[in-house]
Amino acid sequence: MKYHLDFSWLPQYAPDILKGVMITLELIAVGGVLGILLGIFCAWARALGPRWLKAPVGLYVELIRNTPFLIQLFFIFFGLPSIGVQMNELTAANLAMVINLGAYGCEIIRAGIQATPKGQFEAGRSLAMSPLQTFRHVVLVPSLQRIWPALSSQVVIVMLGSSVVSQIAAQDLTFAANFIQSRTFRAFEAYIVSTIIYLVLAILVRQVMALIGRTLFPRRKAA
Amino acid sequence: MIEFTTWDILRNLLLAARWTVLLSLVSFIGGGLLGLALLFGRISPRRWLSKATGSYIELFQGTPLLMQMFLAFFGLGLFGVDVPARLAAGLALILWSAAFLTEIWRGCVESIARGQWEASASLGMGRLQQMRYVILPQALKIAIPPTVGFSVQVIKGTALTSIIGFVELSKAGTVVTNATFQPFTVYGFVALIYFALCWPLSKSSQILERKLNVAHRNH
Amino acid sequence: MSLIEITEVRKSFGANEVLKGINLDVEPGEVIAIIGKSGSGKSTLLRCINGLETISGGSISVAGAQLAEDEVHLKALRLKVGMIFQQFNLFPHLTAGGNVMLSQMVVKKVPKAQAEAMARRMLERVGLAHKFDAYPDELSGGQQQRVAIARALAMQPIALLCDEITSALDPELVSEVLAVVRELAAEGMTLLMVTHEMKFARDVCSRVVFMHQGRVHEIGPPEDVFANPQTPELRQFLGMTGHA
Repeated sequence: MKYHLDFSWLPQYAPDILKGVMITLELIAVGGVLGILLGIFCAWARALGPRWLKAPVGLYVELIRNTPFLIQLFFIFFGLPSIGVQMNELTAANLAMVINLGAYGCEIIRAGIQATPKGQFEAGRSLAMSPLQTFRHVVLVPSLQRIWPALSSQVVIVMLGSSVVSQIAAQDLTFAANFIQSRTFRAFEAYIVSTIIYLVLAILVRQVMALIGRTLFPRRKAA
Repeated sequence: MIEFTTWDILRNLLLAARWTVLLSLVSFIGGGLLGLALLFGRISPRRWLSKATGSYIELFQGTPLLMQMFLAFFGLGLFGVDVPARLAAGLALILWSAAFLTEIWRGCVESIARGQWEASASLGMGRLQQMRYVILPQALKIAIPPTVGFSVQVIKGTALTSIIGFVELSKAGTVVTNATFQPFTVYGFVALIYFALCWPLSKSSQILERKLNVAHRNH
Repeated sequence: MSLIEITEVRKSFGANEVLKGINLDVEPGEVIAIIGKSGSGKSTLLRCINGLETISGGSISVAGAQLAEDEVHLKALRLKVGMIFQQFNLFPHLTAGGNVMLSQMVVKKVPKAQAEAMARRMLERVGLAHKFDAYPDELSGGQQQRVAIARALAMQPIALLCDEITSALDPELVSEVLAVVRELAAEGMTLLMVTHEMKFARDVCSRVVFMHQGRVHEIGPPEDVFANPQTPELRQFLGMTGHA
């Protein structure tokens, strides 16, 4: 094989890559925060919520967890406009990520809630807190702490999965790589570079999640 | 313009779904075999070997599957051969699945108590014998639910092969949409077909896990 | 009118009837020990009084308020009756002070500064003022249980239910918790406690309730119950625990 890797295009296209990185970061920031909040709500609904809420939330979670993210994205971006719900590609990408992480986060957080010792609920109730107050002030934080590593991994998975939003022309890092390869015909090099950046981003997201964890949970262990 | 009935749409999608199933099977079995080989490396007492497999796993779990597919597609192309999409797709999915399965299985092997290693070593077994007769039979049991669960990720992962041009269920969805201009219906069906493939596996994984937990509690 | 009125209370778990018609009236300032074998229904009775278990029949009222299943009634009841658990059940993510402040702020909507002042007073009362900023996993079992008592007291209940509060403690830590309870009794707090500490029951309690197979089998002042048991079951129980 006589092939010479050529990265001479890199300086010229660095701004495009940077722009893509920023979009990917924005996607995971918005998707991560809103997705976890949605996950908390759904976990509450499935574990402790009223019966009428359990079935629809369960259906949502199962539907999302058993279909590819790419199809969810296409359905939102291409399918919804035909029933009158239209949005630009970035909004669609954000929405898809929130919905996706919400479903996976739900099951992870639910496991944390269900591992709560019964005495914690009883102590909260015996102090005259309502079920919702007990959940919010007593159960939630230790539950999140229990499953924070798993939730962090899921956020990384969703971030990596976001690379397909380029398919609806959202201009993320993968979009930048596609653009560069179409201009330079250096496909392999373009994807090597973006892959390495994704790896760095994965490590970065993991660190940020760990940092958030240390802030939210100053104590090392949860009961 | 030709009129497409709902049945036409569904039939075309189901035909394409065969390729999704086939690619999933190949990737899962290939990934499983490679994963088993990597597992021995990952839990090897030789540090360099376990480090090397660890890095492999880190690399494939820390980068997008889509990138891995692009790299397989264009990387194989560097050898000057014309690479069919299905080859690159299969290769990437196998390498990717192997990384995840190795990590799942390592967790299972490590959850077997130290005492089992020590007891079997005290009986004079070599490392391979320990694995073969003592550790793996126990690990296998706890490994089944998460392994079945991961097969769902493989099926969903095959959707990305549509991006490098392999015609399976997702690609068929795009093609049919372009012909019918009914994205809502078409992608709705595509999602339902994926759901029909994945949900039974998800559910079995859950049921198996629950059974296993009950069995363990009764010990 | 008695402070706590328990009338014909029944409780079943499935086909298993754990409480078979309990009658018990508790006057203000009384300290009552509930003794009996495990499975006799004594913990279940306490849990019913706090509404942690729903009763299958009969009625319970505290200071005139009926126990009912809806949230409003339950909350009203629980504001009057505090509960201390065998396993402490401190909230692991909050400091000792935070544990005592939480429900004041959440339930009673007490401003933070005021809740903190109350928490400091209550922790002082159980001898743990210096542990305000300590987390539960930094405290011994005895200290955790004393924080739990402070936490219940901060809600200013008119009665406290103590469910085997020394059973999970190492023997050398039991006395520090009992000392706190003894002090509460001396201050006139109404106490209902399920306990295995017979000496404590004899010294501190105004009445002793012996439960057997879901019924109040014998009841009376400690000197009668311990010195002169009327039934073979109580004699056997006291013989077992070495306090006949």
